[in-house]
Amino acid sequence: MATREVIAGGNELAAKAAADAGCKFFGGYPITPSSEIMHEMSDLMPEHGGACIQMEDEIAGVASAIGASMSGVRSMTATSGPGISLKAENLGFAQMAEVPLVVVNVMRGGPSTGLPTRVSQGDIAQAKNPSHGDYKSITLCAGNLAECYTQTVRAFNLADRFMQPVIVLLDETIGHMHGKAVIPTAEDVKAEIKLRKQFTGEASEYKPYGVAQDEPAVLNPMFKGYRYHFTGLHHNATGFPTEEIETCRKLIERLFNKVEAHEDELESYEEFMLEDAEFLLIAYGSVSLAAKEAIRHLRAAGIKAGLFRPITIWPSPAKRIKYWTDKIQKVLIVELNIGQYRDEIQRASGRLDIEGLFKVNGRPISPYEIVEKAKGM
Amino acid sequence: MAFNYDNFLRVDKMPTLWCWGCGDGVVLKAYIRAIDSLGWDKNDICLVSGIGCSGRFSSYVDCNTVHTTHGRTIAFATGIKLANPDKHVVCVAGDGDALAIGGNHTIHGCRRNIDITLILINNFIYGLTNSQTSPTTPQGFWTVSQQAGNIDPTFNACKLAIAAGASFVGREKVSEPKKLEKLIAKGLAHKGFSFVEVLSNCHINLGRKNKMNSAMENLDWIDSITVSKTKYDNMSEEDRKNLLPTGILHEDDNAKEYCEMYEQVRQVHQGKRKTITQDDFAKKI
Repeated sequence: MATREVIAGGNELAAKAAADAGCKFFGGYPITPSSEIMHEMSDLMPEHGGACIQMEDEIAGVASAIGASMSGVRSMTATSGPGISLKAENLGFAQMAEVPLVVVNVMRGGPSTGLPTRVSQGDIAQAKNPSHGDYKSITLCAGNLAECYTQTVRAFNLADRFMQPVIVLLDETIGHMHGKAVIPTAEDVKAEIKLRKQFTGEASEYKPYGVAQDEPAVLNPMFKGYRYHFTGLHHNATGFPTEEIETCRKLIERLFNKVEAHEDELESYEEFMLEDAEFLLIAYGSVSLAAKEAIRHLRAAGIKAGLFRPITIWPSPAKRIKYWTDKIQKVLIVELNIGQYRDEIQRASGRLDIEGLFKVNGRPISPYEIVEKAKGM
Repeated sequence: MAFNYDNFLRVDKMPTLWCWGCGDGVVLKAYIRAIDSLGWDKNDICLVSGIGCSGRFSSYVDCNTVHTTHGRTIAFATGIKLANPDKHVVCVAGDGDALAIGGNHTIHGCRRNIDITLILINNFIYGLTNSQTSPTTPQGFWTVSQQAGNIDPTFNACKLAIAAGASFVGREKVSEPKKLEKLIAKGLAHKGFSFVEVLSNCHINLGRKNKMNSAMENLDWIDSITVSKTKYDNMSEEDRKNLLPTGILHEDDNAKEYCEMYEQVRQVHQGKRKTITQDDFAKKI
């Protein structure tokens, strides 16, 4: 893939990625530290013939974006933790009705209003199940400036592939980071766009939700002669409400299975200096930058450390986590929360002795804190 | 020749889930006749409904349909309309849906004056969930959530819509189906946010415990609280008390429509015109 060098901020890169990926609608509401995404989109969307609207609240922001997506255009919203809490019900609607959507969450300190201008990774668990009910989330986590761009592009393609919301997690540090990034050219991004499937047969034969148990719904754009129905209720193959026992069971199992059966398409991670490692660090998002720096210091001190960085957070790269945690005895996970992803590492590894270095005061973790913790293990 | 509703109905979804004698059916028929009178192609219409008895409206009409979460009709519809400004977007919601849980979206839909028609079916109660107080339930009525008698003041939905900036506001009742059809047609044809309040009966969940055991008694009560706008305008302040005017209550054909204004935003960002300033608007504050 051909690349270009840009100087930009993380939030700005997420917006730029959306425009390059063919996004034509943004619905949002101001919230720190994600507002710059809306600011950028308010320039980029009209420039590209799309629309960006600041709605009356977070709920309306996501609802308008889902509405636009249902009509057939690529669509996005962005917010931070409190906004996700408010959007949760409609994210559940999009899971149920199988409406693709990209949701960027630039994480700040929580719970509640928390620390609006400071960094956190406190929304990891929320990203797995923001809404009530059973479904399987897809969540990507950018670990550097370039990934604010590349993971947002990827999120659009995955949303259309799996027909559901895809959450892109940034954190305040990454979102507000400004610097050089090497990203793919817009032409190459366009060439890689994979839009949602469409049904081309007779309208009378169209069953938008009548698909195999490991496949997403096939939802045609509105206003093209296929007059079907969207609902958040349990629904049958044609999209209409039903309480029929088998249909209800199969629908929810399919929502789960359409992701679970294709986890190999979703798995992504970075392995840094792991080949000869005797000490396994696990970190994601901005913390991974500190972890990489810590590894250089640890190695200079004779500790052969390496980093495993999940990029697709949900579903987690469980097989790869198992592989490394089987191989390396000393494991330390570093997070800006109190072990939200350690739970997943414990589940995937089958080990309860995973050490954690956690910080929840709104400040980043420095490489030296990681070094100190590792040396003491 | 009798009017054929089938062309705009999902006939296989009949009969409706609505109770016998429910006013929602009258609104459905009036809406279909209005669509037919305008000659709209059903492929070009998206009807968005929320949660409540009125929420099922979207299952029954044959067009692009969306049954959203509770109260969010206008928010979903705003995205659909802004992404497809040349198509027709219609919202159907109840008094609980549009004035309580979705009240914020209703006032901001009116304020933006986006070209959406909201048909607000006001039956003065939460029907689907069995008789809880809504923002239009009269004070002193029995509700299951206020069994000592409702003490909550009511909204005047049309006054709210006018104050919030809707450029077409009207009210009608289900006992006047022809007038209702014409009002809906005018609302649909109007460019801008059209707010059409329909006073409807719910003899099951409002009437039964409030001395209106049948649809007719409920409709008689609605008649007793309504008067045509022409008559209303000629009444004294004292006589107007406890009456709701029906007909077109507000119409402004000069108000700027949101999607058209957004096209101007595109022109700015594409270098085809200069920045939008106060000079572009008659209304300065």
